[in-house]
Amino acid sequence: MTSTPVLAAVLVGLGTVALRGSFLVFADRLAELPPRVHEVLRMIPPAALAALVTPALLRPDGQLAPLGPEALAGLAALVVAWRTRSLLATILVGMAAVVGLQLLLS
Amino acid sequence: MTGDESASGGGAEPADTAATGRAGLRDGATTVLPILVGVIPFGFIIGLTAVQIGLGPEGAVLFSVVIYAGAAQLAALNLLGAGASLPVVVGTALVINVRFLLYSASLAPHLAELSRRQRLLGAYLLTDQAYAVSVVRFRERLDPRSRWRYYLGAGLAMWFTWQVSTVVGAVGGGAVPESVPLGFAVPLAFLALLVPNVTDRPTIVAALVSGVVAVAASPLGNGALPVAAVSGVVAGGALGLWRGRR
Repeated sequence: MTSTPVLAAVLVGLGTVALRGSFLVFADRLAELPPRVHEVLRMIPPAALAALVTPALLRPDGQLAPLGPEALAGLAALVVAWRTRSLLATILVGMAAVVGLQLLLS
Repeated sequence: MTGDESASGGGAEPADTAATGRAGLRDGATTVLPILVGVIPFGFIIGLTAVQIGLGPEGAVLFSVVIYAGAAQLAALNLLGAGASLPVVVGTALVINVRFLLYSASLAPHLAELSRRQRLLGAYLLTDQAYAVSVVRFRERLDPRSRWRYYLGAGLAMWFTWQVSTVVGAVGGGAVPESVPLGFAVPLAFLALLVPNVTDRPTIVAALVSGVVAVAASPLGNGALPVAAVSGVVAGGALGLWRGRR
């Protein structure tokens, strides 16, 4: 290995720990959050999770595919997630649906 | 697993045994398990990429241990392989990881009672997966120690899975069957974890705005994720604050 990749790994690693630790390390000093701040922080889980989900469902290969196997399987998984609140059931139904739809649509 | 309510303020913990500790760790680890099935192929690919650009298995291990963030590792490796300069590689990877700032802010109130050393370890172990399962579990009433064990169990399970799968990808590479799209388990898992977090109009708006922006901005590459998440937080937060004022 030359030095550039090692340096890159170390710098990215340090920066990433700083991002991960930003609020956690000082959590004891901001334990009493004002309700307005809490109201905004509450939006982080739905926003972050939605951003991780939608491109994989609607743009699986880069192109917009709102009726592709991934999007339809995601819709089925959404119904299962809503009804059962079960992580495992959602993954199993979604995986079965995407494999089946890929066979059907190919 | 219940009946461990003694340590509510971080004081003495007489009722705490090794058995309840292990049960808490196991609880976190088993909850994150279905997601890890989808993480393995991702780790494979990253291990393989490190070898393909000439870093060898030791480079794959270095990246996985020091950075420990899949999307950032993949972007950094691709850029290094393409001969990009150090500032471009580091800047791109860190932009992708800006989302950890949001996760850190979101988890901080739940883990505030822990020691600083625990919070530092927790920060290193912070991933999409550990965050997603923990933030759902932390909606329940749990004492700080139970929260920590759950988080640590999920975080360590994720860490070992990540390290092993990148090493296997680096050493074994290339033998991943393409017919089963295991990687699709990852968005499905996040979808299942998204649903319990959508509880009222502001959270619906946060999820919808972020999801739409993420799709629209995805040609920008990995930088789309923080842009989308912040848009969702701003939109949902604005609605929540406006509703609260009336």
